[in-house]
Amino acid sequence: MVLEILELGFMQRALIAGVAVAITASVIGLFLVLRRNSLFGDALSHVAFGGIAVGLVTNMYPLWTGMAFSVLGALGMAKLRQSTKIPADATVAILLAGGLALGLLLSSTSGNLPNIFSYLFGSILVVSAEDTLAILAMAGAILAIVILLYRQLMYVTFDEEQAKVSGLSISKLSYLFAVLASVAVIVSMRLVGILLVSSLIVIPNVTGLLLGKGFKKTALISMGISIFSAVTGIAVSYAANFPPSATIVIVLITVFLATLAAKYSSKKQMAEKLEAAIS
Amino acid sequence: MQVVEIERLSYAYSDSLVLDNVSFSINEGDLLGMIGPNGAGKTTLFSCMLGLLGGYTGTIKIFGQDIKKNAKALKSIGYIPQRKTIERNFPATVEEIVSLGITRGKVTKEKITLALDTVSLLEQKDRRVGELSGGQQQRVLIAKALVNDPKLLILDEPATGIDLETQNKFYALLKKLNQEKKITIIWASHDLDAVNRIASSVACINRSMFFHGMTHEFFENPDLLKAYSESSMQAHMHLHDHDHG
Repeated sequence: MVLEILELGFMQRALIAGVAVAITASVIGLFLVLRRNSLFGDALSHVAFGGIAVGLVTNMYPLWTGMAFSVLGALGMAKLRQSTKIPADATVAILLAGGLALGLLLSSTSGNLPNIFSYLFGSILVVSAEDTLAILAMAGAILAIVILLYRQLMYVTFDEEQAKVSGLSISKLSYLFAVLASVAVIVSMRLVGILLVSSLIVIPNVTGLLLGKGFKKTALISMGISIFSAVTGIAVSYAANFPPSATIVIVLITVFLATLAAKYSSKKQMAEKLEAAIS
Repeated sequence: MQVVEIERLSYAYSDSLVLDNVSFSINEGDLLGMIGPNGAGKTTLFSCMLGLLGGYTGTIKIFGQDIKKNAKALKSIGYIPQRKTIERNFPATVEEIVSLGITRGKVTKEKITLALDTVSLLEQKDRRVGELSGGQQQRVLIAKALVNDPKLLILDEPATGIDLETQNKFYALLKKLNQEKKITIIWASHDLDAVNRIASSVACINRSMFFHGMTHEFFENPDLLKAYSESSMQAHMHLHDHDHG
């Protein structure tokens, strides 16, 4: 069965793209989750939805128009946060609603609704060789920049004020990170779709935080969980004829719940041992 | 040698003047206790000295360099902010946090080990920083500052909210850093007793400089102490009025 899956061209592309997306989303997601910006990815994916609709209406490559909207949305959100007193969650809500409204409006007027569904719910099994290469290139660029700026990003995530005292340019880093996050969202959309992007960003990292001791170790654990869930989800969806995006998310949640249960039970056992030792 | 020279420094937040014509200097090797009531402008003063706030009038020189013209001198400053709670689930280890302090030269295990050893936290290096007690977290931040080999340490009410025993250990560490490592220290505190015990000089600020001199000159002068407690009481009542206003 496994060999049969691996021999199919569309499955090979799906698995390669899936692994690249899993790595990218989890790496960017760790910083977002720790900065309490878990819904940032959701807002960007909805803005990208508006951009994709513009691409479909104007016959431009939708992923590029989606990326342009997503990057502009991310930069706008970073600017709003730095120069106004609008709360962060309110900027997320504005972008989220605005992007979705624009997308719905354009797609309904153009009669291109069926096409837009593949962006809403993902379509990893029909990803082309060209798409796979584009995903690999974008994922590679994001990963390289994060590795290069790892310490600076960790410092800003830990404490912005202290990072600024140490000479880091917080505004430049914030803008750069906003761009990285928006590209990561575009990359992830092919795997799980606009509506489920935040699951890839949030769930592996929340699970990783339950297990990891150390920033680097947590990032690697989250990446491992993300890759495992993407590969398992794609394989199960092919075998059982399930939608891949939903299957991947269910695998992610299952891993999270299993980890939570294991963690709770080991804590309980330790407390019992401690109690026995005291008495 | 003068480590810090501040001349006619003023700073206002929109329509409210927080620092008014403040001038003072600090010599190499000083351990300066900075006292003043809440809202007196201590944190604003530090923010200006650290380059976090521009828009002030007057001059701030660190190691002889005007920080508006040359910000390089800021790299010689270690800063420990007011105690904040580090989230329990923040995954970085103590070692990883201390390594963030290295902004000059290579990140090496030796530098991190030395800094952690100085603050007696070497055994905790692999623990998540969020799991440590408040006092231990403050020592991690000191190690993060020390790892960059600072010539000047600025601490903004670092021991607030820490139990008495840990506070005393913390003050002993400050004294050790000042006397053994020869680091000049500026330390803001509300703990007059601790300032009296370990500071070599005192600066008392309440929007403008109220007193700057040797520690014994301040604490042996009943008129100064009385004036300080009155101004603290007024500031407290002013804040209280604002809270309920």
